[in-house]
Amino acid sequence: YFYIFRAIDEDRKMKYKAAVKIQRWFRACRVRAYLRHVSQMAILIQKWWRGYLRRKNFRETVERAYFIKKLKFYNEMAVRIQKMWRGYYVRKYIHNFYALKKYLKAVSVNNELVRSELQEYAEMRENEEKMKDLEKKEKEKKYEARKTHYLLSTEQIPGIYNSPFRKSPDPKELLLRTSKPLTHRKQQVKSPFDDELYEWPTCKKPPAFVTALPLLPADRQKPQGPFRDPAEVLRQRYKPLEPTLRVRESMYSPPAKAREATPREEWRSPIHDNEFLPFSSHHKNYEKYEPSLCKSGKYGQEAYGTKYFREVYPEKWIADKDFETLFPSIALFEKFGKTYSSTGQIV
Amino acid sequence: NSGVVCLLRPLLLDVVPSIRQTTALALGRLADYDVELAEAIVKAGILPQLICSLPEENRYYKKTAAFVLRAIAKHSPQLAQAIVQCGGLEMLVICLEDFDPGVKEGASWALGYIARHNPELSQAVVDAGAVPLLVLCIQEPEIAVKRIAASTLSDISKHSPELAQTVVDAGAIAYLAQMIPNPDAKLKRQVLSALSQIAKHSVDLAELVVEAEIFPVVLTCLKDSDEYVKKNGATLIREIAKHTPELSQLIVNSGGVAAVVDCIGSCRGTVRLPGIMTLGYVAAHSEDLSMAVIVSKGIPPLCACLIEEHEDHIKAAAAWALGQIGRHTAEHARHVAVANALPTLLDIFVDAQSSEDLKTKATLKNILQKCTYLPALEPLLHEAPPSIIKHIIGQFSKVLPHDSKARRLFVTTGGLKKVQEINAEPGSLLQEYINTINNCYPEEIVR
Repeated sequence: YFYIFRAIDEDRKMKYKAAVKIQRWFRACRVRAYLRHVSQMAILIQKWWRGYLRRKNFRETVERAYFIKKLKFYNEMAVRIQKMWRGYYVRKYIHNFYALKKYLKAVSVNNELVRSELQEYAEMRENEEKMKDLEKKEKEKKYEARKTHYLLSTEQIPGIYNSPFRKSPDPKELLLRTSKPLTHRKQQVKSPFDDELYEWPTCKKPPAFVTALPLLPADRQKPQGPFRDPAEVLRQRYKPLEPTLRVRESMYSPPAKAREATPREEWRSPIHDNEFLPFSSHHKNYEKYEPSLCKSGKYGQEAYGTKYFREVYPEKWIADKDFETLFPSIALFEKFGKTYSSTGQIV
Repeated sequence: NSGVVCLLRPLLLDVVPSIRQTTALALGRLADYDVELAEAIVKAGILPQLICSLPEENRYYKKTAAFVLRAIAKHSPQLAQAIVQCGGLEMLVICLEDFDPGVKEGASWALGYIARHNPELSQAVVDAGAVPLLVLCIQEPEIAVKRIAASTLSDISKHSPELAQTVVDAGAIAYLAQMIPNPDAKLKRQVLSALSQIAKHSVDLAELVVEAEIFPVVLTCLKDSDEYVKKNGATLIREIAKHTPELSQLIVNSGGVAAVVDCIGSCRGTVRLPGIMTLGYVAAHSEDLSMAVIVSKGIPPLCACLIEEHEDHIKAAAAWALGQIGRHTAEHARHVAVANALPTLLDIFVDAQSSEDLKTKATLKNILQKCTYLPALEPLLHEAPPSIIKHIIGQFSKVLPHDSKARRLFVTTGGLKKVQEINAEPGSLLQEYINTINNCYPEEIVR
């Protein structure tokens, strides 16, 4: 019996489990179908809702996108224009390459010019200095020749530089022949303003107020005789003018005008016609008629005494003086214009 | 020193004028020789006697008294101050008004020595009314008076802009400018130095000097046979060039740069220094001016200077000038590099004996940062110390990615190998540069 019940029990359990399984499965299918349905419905609803929303804002979205696209395009174009303009502007005005190149070329050309001019200037200076040196040397040579003038050859005795065994005389001999012997006194006092320092035009004139002596050479012999001190002489010569009170007054000042009145009076009403003479023999010496030399010749102007027709070459003078006639001067002529009165000094 | 001063003192009051004169001359020569004697003279109270008796005396005495004052003033500012306190300035100004040129010369020389020491003394000289008289002295026909007056004006105006302005207000510039063409060398020295002392203080003063039409004439001074005339002429141009770009432009336009370059080429020693500085100042203002300096063949003399000169400050100035020329753009740096200046600069930099100013890294750095001329950079790569290598490698890393021929060249000359040998800290700038360079080449070559 127990085994039959157990078998029936197990059979019942098995069938029960199978029924549960089938039902379970069927319910699951139903639920799944339901869920599927629900989700599809949800999707449908959401689809329609979202489409509706998007369609509402569609227009603005499209407009905005279009606007942004346009802006981007315009920006691009604007950038292109600005790029070209800025490049042009900078190249033309701020950093003009070609103008810079031209300028640099001009600078280099100018530099070449300046360099060449400076070179010329430097060469000129050098030449000048060389010339000065040469001239100095020449002067020294000539001075030496003049000092050693006695070495010149005479007719009988040939000099040092004119040896009989030579074909032609030495150049020094020729120099000696052309140079004059030195005298004791030099022809001109060497002015201290001879130096190069004074070549500059502004320095050509000596100082206006002479206070210092021109420098005489140290070996100059003091001239013999009762000569005055040269400094004193200069001072007197250049003493500033101190006119008298009368001279300092002008012609038009009141005292001068007042003084004018008296001579005028006297001229108008003289007491007698004989003029007052300063001294008794005035009329003998002063009031002779002396015809002028220029007009007193028979045929017109007399050149005697005024014109000299002899030419004068100071550089050929041996001593300091010009040619002089040998006959003594006419004593009478010496007195011309010098006698003042018989009691006076120079008669 | 053995009581000579005390013995001489009563002789100053002697009746006979020539004794007084000779005493003054003796005192002057003693003071000239030695500082202590000068101090002894001042202490012995001779100065008031000397100064008070000046107005009545004759011109020889005035000349010797001026000589004494000058001999005392030249040693130190304290002695000069002592002279000023005794009322010496008024007497010297009275001497300046005298007719004799020797007296004027002595007085202006003494004033020059007094004004030389410091600004207060210069101000005292100016307050005594010396400047218009000095300007009159400049117009005198004697060269010696002109020289001394010019040197005194230069000493007065060198201290401050106000003093220079006073000198300018007295109308000195026109006369000084007229004397530039004068053939006398010493006069030219003083005139040029006076003008440069005036111009150095401010832009307005420099413009005033330039308006006096010195420009083409000053260039002839740069060709003079006297060294110091050249130096002072170059100094004048330097003082004018350093203020503004417009003034430098003026100098370039009138051909001044060419003249300065020739001047540098023809001199040796410290005489070159102002010329070098002129080129540096002109090139520093703008790149066009720097190009103008390059075009006027300015670089070869500067390189020659670097190599030939022995003194440090001249070499430093030449290095600075090259730095100013090369720092503007790649073109400028290329010109500097082509002239082979970079190895010389590097040698100087590395040399242990050169002084601190010479070693300024700034010059080399400035040029290197713009230099894209690779053939010149390569030799530097092998020799440079680490601080410089950073910049060189930076330049390579900028150029190599773009230029294939240069890359090939870099490898063949062994540059790449050298780059690998440098070990840099990871993350530093140097490492980045090295990476950039390595990235230009395929892997096999790098290894």
